[in-house]
Amino acid sequence: MIWVNIIIQGILVGGLYALFAAGLSLIFGVMRLVNIAHGDFIVAAAFLAWVVVQATGLNPLFSLIVVVPLAMAFGYALQKWILNRTLGKDILPPLLVTFGLSIILQNGLLAVFTADSRKLNAGVVETASFPLLPDVAIGYLPLLQFIVAVAVIWGLQYLFYNTALGRAFRATSDDSETALLMGLDQRKVYAWAMALCMGVVAIAGVFLGVRSNFDPFMGPGRLIFGFEAVIIGGLGNLWGTLIGGVILGVSQAIGAQINPGWQVLAGHLVFLLVLAIRPKGLFPRIEG
Amino acid sequence: MSEVLLSVENLEAWYGDAKVLHGLSFQLKQGEVLALIGSNGAGKSTLLKCICGLLQKKTGRVSFKNEVITSFVANDIVAKGIALVPEGRKLFPSLSVEENLILGGNVGRKGPWSLSAIYNLFPILKEKRNAPSTSLSGGQQQMVAIGRGLMSNPDLILLDELSLGLAPIVIKDIYDMLPKIIGNGLTAILVEQDVTRALASSQQFLCIQEGRISLGGAPKAFTKDQISAAYFGM
Repeated sequence: MIWVNIIIQGILVGGLYALFAAGLSLIFGVMRLVNIAHGDFIVAAAFLAWVVVQATGLNPLFSLIVVVPLAMAFGYALQKWILNRTLGKDILPPLLVTFGLSIILQNGLLAVFTADSRKLNAGVVETASFPLLPDVAIGYLPLLQFIVAVAVIWGLQYLFYNTALGRAFRATSDDSETALLMGLDQRKVYAWAMALCMGVVAIAGVFLGVRSNFDPFMGPGRLIFGFEAVIIGGLGNLWGTLIGGVILGVSQAIGAQINPGWQVLAGHLVFLLVLAIRPKGLFPRIEG
Repeated sequence: MSEVLLSVENLEAWYGDAKVLHGLSFQLKQGEVLALIGSNGAGKSTLLKCICGLLQKKTGRVSFKNEVITSFVANDIVAKGIALVPEGRKLFPSLSVEENLILGGNVGRKGPWSLSAIYNLFPILKEKRNAPSTSLSGGQQQMVAIGRGLMSNPDLILLDELSLGLAPIVIKDIYDMLPKIIGNGLTAILVEQDVTRALASSQQFLCIQEGRISLGGAPKAFTKDQISAAYFGM
């Protein structure tokens, strides 16, 4: 029964990793941009939520009403004024610029918020749980986190395949020059994609902050988890990203059970294993 | 009917440092079909790319409906009423047939063309509306590309190498549809390797050779030898 418990908890944590990864997957899928600062944006969103909570006294989960639109507006502007200028045939400029953004964000957060670690206090939901089986209890927060992750991925998937914006994303990703002939300005399409990505980042940041302590320097670690989830699941496949997150979460839970020091290592090893056996991930996007 | 729709004056264009168009000038009247002929690499597709705004490195003047559009970008030009059916079809592989067509109407111009009108023109596309665009045969893909171009309800449609990579029987089917495609007084520029077919489908032609116009006018005004001399530069 102990292993059932571990696997279930691992799956639920996997939801958080999928939230870390969904934005990365979306951006890579639409514009082939690898955002090195993605983890730092998640942490920055947690700090933003912290500020909102301090100022308004809202429960952090409700602070999303403010944090998500702010993050989306920021994402739109970031893409429009900075990242669009880096996109082209050369893949290095976006990597360098997002790496620079990562350093700026970490040090900016350090300057404003100091190196103290903080936490978002969501109240009783953090510790409440219900029994599923004997010896297996499900925490409301991990469950909520997982449900939100599934909802976010479902929402993005729906948007991609059933809306005009999704069509624009897919067409621009296929062939941005021909998309111009349809009147689609890729710079605007990309800005909307980054806005959406930052909306998901905001959700991920709030759940990160409610679940654990955070400080200005924990972004790169979240980026690695996000990357691993994306790669395990297969590039450009959102449901694959969710499964990748779950596999990562379960691997880490199993590793931690064997030896508490092996938690993160076990995740990395499984990631390495997937890369070695299926370099394109478990569920790569079907190419036409 | 005799109003000038498109006017190109002294157009020069570059790919990087290589100059590929050397001062082209011509006019196209409303409702006319202009055939562009010339050997591979003569600059036919480049000229279309200049007109629809995909190629920005150019000098000279392109005016459309009395508006100078030389510096306009492609996504604005399609909204002005010029649609390109690109060489090699360039369908979006991630999109279904119907989604490709809907995207063609993305600019929201009003006119005779709608999904149902396209499906009337090419009934097979209605049958395959939900199929991935790349699962279709070459001829059907070309129908999608044409339909996608028409969906923007253009005043001028640029048809680049409709027959590229298609079987002769399929090419014949597509060209048999041409009068329906460019009915409604639509103005068209047709790029075609098959000179006989191009001249038979048009009222005007331009022969381009190494980025210059070597001959132009009404097809009937010239003998086959004159046209082939202009084509091959002999």
